[in-house]
Amino acid sequence: MTLARTRVRGGVGESAPRPDGVPKVRGEFPYASDLYLEGMLFGHTLRSPHPHALIRAVDVTAAREISGVRVILTERDLPTRERFGLMKRDQPVLAEGRVRYAGEAIAIIAADEADQARAAAKAIVVEYEILPPMSDPIAALGPDAPALHEGGNVIDDVLVVHGDPDAQAEVVVQGEYEVAMQDQAALGPEAGLAIPTADGGVTLHIATQWLHEDLGQIAPALGLPNEQVRLVLAGVGGAFGAREDVTLQIHACLLALATKRPVRMSYGREESFYGHVHRHPARLFYEHGARRDGTLVYVRATIVLDGGAYASSTSAVVANAGCFAAGPYRVPNARVRSVGAYTTNPPAGAMRGFGAVQACFAYEAQMDKLAAALDMDPVVLRARNAVEDGDRIITSQPVEGSEPVANLLRRCAALPMPADEVAHPLRAGRPSRDPLLLPGGAGNLTHGEGIRRGTGFAAGFKNVCYSHGFDDVSHARVRLERTDSGIRARVHTAAAEVGQGIVTVCQQIVRTALEVEEVIVETPDTTIGSAGSSSASRQTWMTGGAVLAACREVRAALEERALARGRAMDELAALLDEPIERSVAWRHRPTEKRDGHTQNHGHVAFLFAAHRATVDVDLGTGLVKVVQVATSQDVGKAINPQAVVGQLEGGIAQGLGLAVMEEVLLRDGQVRNASFTDYLLPTILDMPPVVCDLVEHPHPDAPYGAKGVGEPPTISSTPAIVAAIRAATGRELNRVPVRPDDIVFGTVARSGWRIVPGSDPAMAARA
Amino acid sequence: MTERGDGVEGMPDPVTKQLTTLRVNGETHTVAAEPHHTLLEVLREELGLTGTKHGCELGECGACTVLVDGVPLLSCLTLPAQVRGMEVTTVEGLADGPRLHPLQTAFAEEGAAQCGYCTPGMLMAAKALLDANPQPTLEDMQQAIAGNLCRCTGYTAIYEAIAKAASGGGAGAQPLRRTGAGRASASHT
Repeated sequence: MTLARTRVRGGVGESAPRPDGVPKVRGEFPYASDLYLEGMLFGHTLRSPHPHALIRAVDVTAAREISGVRVILTERDLPTRERFGLMKRDQPVLAEGRVRYAGEAIAIIAADEADQARAAAKAIVVEYEILPPMSDPIAALGPDAPALHEGGNVIDDVLVVHGDPDAQAEVVVQGEYEVAMQDQAALGPEAGLAIPTADGGVTLHIATQWLHEDLGQIAPALGLPNEQVRLVLAGVGGAFGAREDVTLQIHACLLALATKRPVRMSYGREESFYGHVHRHPARLFYEHGARRDGTLVYVRATIVLDGGAYASSTSAVVANAGCFAAGPYRVPNARVRSVGAYTTNPPAGAMRGFGAVQACFAYEAQMDKLAAALDMDPVVLRARNAVEDGDRIITSQPVEGSEPVANLLRRCAALPMPADEVAHPLRAGRPSRDPLLLPGGAGNLTHGEGIRRGTGFAAGFKNVCYSHGFDDVSHARVRLERTDSGIRARVHTAAAEVGQGIVTVCQQIVRTALEVEEVIVETPDTTIGSAGSSSASRQTWMTGGAVLAACREVRAALEERALARGRAMDELAALLDEPIERSVAWRHRPTEKRDGHTQNHGHVAFLFAAHRATVDVDLGTGLVKVVQVATSQDVGKAINPQAVVGQLEGGIAQGLGLAVMEEVLLRDGQVRNASFTDYLLPTILDMPPVVCDLVEHPHPDAPYGAKGVGEPPTISSTPAIVAAIRAATGRELNRVPVRPDDIVFGTVARSGWRIVPGSDPAMAARA
Repeated sequence: MTERGDGVEGMPDPVTKQLTTLRVNGETHTVAAEPHHTLLEVLREELGLTGTKHGCELGECGACTVLVDGVPLLSCLTLPAQVRGMEVTTVEGLADGPRLHPLQTAFAEEGAAQCGYCTPGMLMAAKALLDANPQPTLEDMQQAIAGNLCRCTGYTAIYEAIAKAASGGGAGAQPLRRTGAGRASASHT
């Protein structure tokens, strides 16, 4: 039975425009850093310049004298001793006698002007007793390493055992791999505005990925009941995982409560590098065994993830790295040890594809090594072993509702190749290429001489939604109402719009489910139940699912009303004399908790993608130009094809960044490049054309079959690009990002530790 | 080891505001601002024109791009005194009242704004390009926004939007399908 007399535009499956598109192009969309209240104060943070030190004294006397300074808070002024942290509350709100990373917050200031707050920070005198940094995560796991936290330096330790963990094989390849620290580099730095309320509480307007998780960390730290702390989503200038963790949330609220004035905090770029968590750097030690026909026999791996000074989401990253360590392949036997360590490096946490990204770089390099050892085509080898529905991954969980990965690989391989061959100046009759299009670009470093082209493949996978028994829930309220201008719907959730387009998805689902074109998406806040985080590629599945469920309840109520009144369903104006509103809490089916050896059926579903990359490499300078990336991804259902392609292209840009450009350079715990001058992000000149092949294999449990698409583009694009560089250069390239030296001189990254793949890294010996 | 604050010696002078006259989006404003404050800070904090964004404060990201007498300029590296007597255009000055500039329409329609934080700077750089060169090639577009970082889109949607605006957005628009099959092909299995 239909409600609308004409077809409703902008429903599921259409590239409907974003509701926030016009405000964004007008410059009117209010990002967190744009918020302003008359009389508000400006907050600022004093941070430690040392990665590891004891704090002997903090003297704020001179700082307090600076004109305009309203309050300075150190740990002695905190209302509680509560700590914060995403999965483990291990981080002090302000350093308590010890700093564990360079950039740890020591004091916060509120002043009339931002300049005054900064001047006050400079006037605070801190007496440090410097301790040696512990920047090597493998050393930190050793039996003699001094403990950085009570309970030692192991944040989490996962062992995955599958089949015969000691299986032997005819053909064996080994490798050690390294993934450096990547920054999410959302273009909008962290910002928030805290406003004290009459009841002694506070309202925080904040750019975040998860309002309710923030609330759960903020309120205890303030010593307030949750009811007295209200969060409202402010405009978010990108997230990519960095906004899952608390940064300035508690600080801004503390300053507002202490001064009884609104306080805005807004990081600059340098502070943003120190203020938020980064992608976990990793060391990975792998061994693959296979039969001569290419059938995989076993994978053994030890993965060490550098969690930095505080745990954040390290335990989930450790679990993911272990779970996905063998890739989207049938591997009957495995032993994988995945461990996260505390160090005195900057804290690591969520970034797009966490855990899966690190493992994929290593296992796909291994698959290419194996293909070379077997003299097999890398795509054929992968396709022969690729999982499909019913196959079990190494945690014993079967794959369900997915396109066979072999199909993704074959489709990806069949996508059109870039047209241009590398032109060689010595080749008769062919002009040299425009240097702008060659590696080095405007540097004019080559006219085609010394350029080699290469192509590489990779496949990857990851879970969607929360896992391992976590109560994954999203709440939605949908209201169908009559207005002077017609019928419209309102939808309210706490799902954070971070750029990905969940606001559009919510509108499209309501339009299709209720056949009403005008849909208002209300500002997310904590007056409604949690939507969970905009992470784990989960909002379309979870909040999309919640909105769809709420729409179905609204529709059922409408049918009931129509029946009771003897009216037709499309007589909406008469039926909606009173609006219909329904709220739902929506969950995916329960997942099993982790156990000691398998992790069990820990995930609700998996996301798969394959990537092919083509690169030109200048062998003389070691510079790389990515010429094209092609991808086939199982998206389930493209609710908004334009937005899905946007996720694929944007995710590939970040994968390209990790492959050849992006690294937070650390030396003894110090960040050496906390600026966009020195931390290089892909520009439009670095970004190649992307050929996207959206494969729609619906998952039966997901709304309209839509699986979530955000992370796979970032997972296997990096190893595909590095495989292409290997193909062009013959170099080993066991580390990302690939640096010019690695190409020109064949530098190979070595951890300095000998670790038998699959063994406990705490038993590592110096190489 | 004792350190003063974040290790920077000395104290700033007391804040002295100076009157500055600026022409922004066709209007004349007289603002009281610290002489060391950048055009970006004055636009955002004194004039409330928060459409222009801060992303890096070092002239690397392009989010703060404005037009000064039609030329794209990084407002985070510009002092108000440098643009005295010149016409500053920000993203707020791009639309003609309710009528969006064709670039704004194209950016909104093509999915060129995801988080949207880079969008104002992209739009201003693109406007300068199209004003000078109404029929840009792909390479022209790439060069024009090579100084504007976007972390969300991978840029493809951005130059498709610029191309659409350049061609008037009508049926004659040349779709910028680059390699092979184009941006997306969906299949049902």
